[in-house]
Amino acid sequence: MPAATVTLFVQCLVDALYPEVGEAMVQVFDRLGVPLLYPEAQTCCGQPAYNSGHHREAEAAARRFIDLFEDAEAIVCPSGSCVAMVRRHYPELFAHQPIMRERALQVARKTFEFSEYLVDVLGVVDLGAAFSGIATYHDSCHLARTLGIREQPRQLLRHVQGLSLAEMNNSDACCGFGGTFSVNYPEISLALVDDKIDNILNSGADIVVGCDVSCLMNIRGRMSRRGENLRVLHLAQVLAGEERA
Amino acid sequence: MKLGQDGDYVAAAREGMGNPCLQGSLRSLQARYGKGALDVWKTLPDPNLRSRVKARRMQTLAHLDRVLELLSQGVEARGGQVFFADNAEAANGYILDLARKRGVKRVVKGKSMLSAEIGVDAVLEAEGIEVVETDLGEFIVQIAGSSASHIIAPCIHMDRRQIGRLFADKLGIPYSEDPPTLTQAARKALREKLLTADMGLTGCNIACAETGQISLVSNEGNIRMASTMPKLHVALMGMERVAATLEDQRELLQLLTQGAALQKLSTYVSFVGGPRRKGDPDGPEEFHLVIVDNGRSRILADPEFREVLACIRCGACLNICPVYGRIGGHAYHSPYSGPIGAVVTPLLHGINRHADLCKGETLCGACRDVCPVENDLPRMLVALRCKLAYGDPGWGVRPHNRLEALGFKIWGRIVGHSRLYAAMLTIARALQRPFVGRNGMIGPLPGLKNGWTAGRDLQPMAEQSFRERWRARQNNNPATADNSRETRHGR
Repeated sequence: MPAATVTLFVQCLVDALYPEVGEAMVQVFDRLGVPLLYPEAQTCCGQPAYNSGHHREAEAAARRFIDLFEDAEAIVCPSGSCVAMVRRHYPELFAHQPIMRERALQVARKTFEFSEYLVDVLGVVDLGAAFSGIATYHDSCHLARTLGIREQPRQLLRHVQGLSLAEMNNSDACCGFGGTFSVNYPEISLALVDDKIDNILNSGADIVVGCDVSCLMNIRGRMSRRGENLRVLHLAQVLAGEERA
Repeated sequence: MKLGQDGDYVAAAREGMGNPCLQGSLRSLQARYGKGALDVWKTLPDPNLRSRVKARRMQTLAHLDRVLELLSQGVEARGGQVFFADNAEAANGYILDLARKRGVKRVVKGKSMLSAEIGVDAVLEAEGIEVVETDLGEFIVQIAGSSASHIIAPCIHMDRRQIGRLFADKLGIPYSEDPPTLTQAARKALREKLLTADMGLTGCNIACAETGQISLVSNEGNIRMASTMPKLHVALMGMERVAATLEDQRELLQLLTQGAALQKLSTYVSFVGGPRRKGDPDGPEEFHLVIVDNGRSRILADPEFREVLACIRCGACLNICPVYGRIGGHAYHSPYSGPIGAVVTPLLHGINRHADLCKGETLCGACRDVCPVENDLPRMLVALRCKLAYGDPGWGVRPHNRLEALGFKIWGRIVGHSRLYAAMLTIARALQRPFVGRNGMIGPLPGLKNGWTAGRDLQPMAEQSFRERWRARQNNNPATADNSRETRHGR
């Protein structure tokens, strides 16, 4: 059976700040022969507004997303928190609008996070990728706790040639990003990301890998200011095998 | 700390983060108890225990009026008295009146956060009545003139050296930092108070309608003494802290002690349902149960927040929250700190007044995972933020931050139109250029109050966005060229 066409849901931060993460995801799917679509009209899923309590604006973004994506066979996104937004919070936003809620549930059912889609839907754990180094994996809050995805990224990393995995202490502790929280309460946010960075450094790894660029942006931004030189990468970048031998 | 001490969240948080003693204590507390509770839940013999107990809890809340009536009938049948207090003033008035009538000079307390919520100590003290905390941690913060910074471990912000100095100063003992010596000193001081008190004032962990009894759990035994030695025992109870059946009560107590301290059972569990009966070896001559509303009915009536009344105050969410783990309990300006405090304090005492509690968390979800009754505190924090965003007359909430609201209106416009969105990206890309440093990151922005770049570098926007790269890829690939303008339903 030919692979289902994947419609790419490329979160706004990847689109604007980390396009190489989106490209890496495209490379991985190309390698697997998965046909791709990318609706160019997509913008943001509405998560920043939702988490800040601005639910009217979030609802408008959700409607737009559903309009754009509801014909897709499968929707795949390189961000756990955006998938959590679509899967868990879209149906909540439309709790009192039965028709929209049903449409939201339909879209929710076929929206997947990148590592989840590879492992749970396509059944692939070995992508033939090679990457040298010692990686430590950061569990993003919404990916690990809302979606329950902890093992899939680790399974994929374990099959990368030349890469070893070193667990950090408290790998699923929040990095302190929290969207507008990081800007509204910078001192608390910095205390949290410093804890995270200390755990990363103590793991002995030379690469931090995550599945959500918002956490990675926070960790990388603080590391850069502290003068730490570890590499901070999205899982897709490792799987695309930037350093293939 | 009485509910509704106004105060600056950020300033108190900063103070907590700058207190090395607190930081050390919180770190070991969280390493042991927060993670420990998660492990306990994973290895429960009945994996559905928590969700089953939660369902029962919600069912009880749905019939709270009936359940409380049964409880009160049970207590009265045994010769106890029950008073339903609408608010703090009514509860304080009842207790003060009782103390006056019985000529009470000294009150010994068993740990009760509700007593802090209603501020009963100050009311009694204003009458010249001495009020003494007997829970060791509460006793320490009381004589230090401080307030509890953890639901279960009130003096977690102090170490044994500070306590040693405090005891030398207040109890007149030679300085020591040896915990057994300090505990002995506290024991000696407290025994005298317990033996001479006229009233014992305790809280209630979980009452039971079926048996008509309240329950009190503790590890030191002082709470048991406070409830049995004085002639008069007054128990304060939040109106939601009741189970319908003995089986419900047993399961809740089990979850409470495991969530709080990983204990299958605490050292003492007392069941109290009235004054001493003929032939009883001990117990008070009078028992009064004060059931307090103080804003809980309003929470009960709102389906969005009713769930928070299922809370059994075990403190597990404090033991795992990364924000509480750094800022400590005093930043919450309430007897209820941590994630549960961030939800319940605004609901009880004003959402606008405690806006920082609603907004000052990361929504990481760790509290939801560790909660013995599976309360979804992050969901309720978002619901509180929604009230702050638009205002809510039902809750008396005014829109909180007009600038933020305007920001999200503009944001909504931009993300609603992909061409506008793309244009904004292009403009921002041009504007950022002068700020990008040699390391490819945006450094500190002088003159700008910028929460991000004060402590972190900012990733600049890429010269070519993903959508532009995708378009280029499609144009270079004739096989997919027909997809190059994939803009279904594009607007």
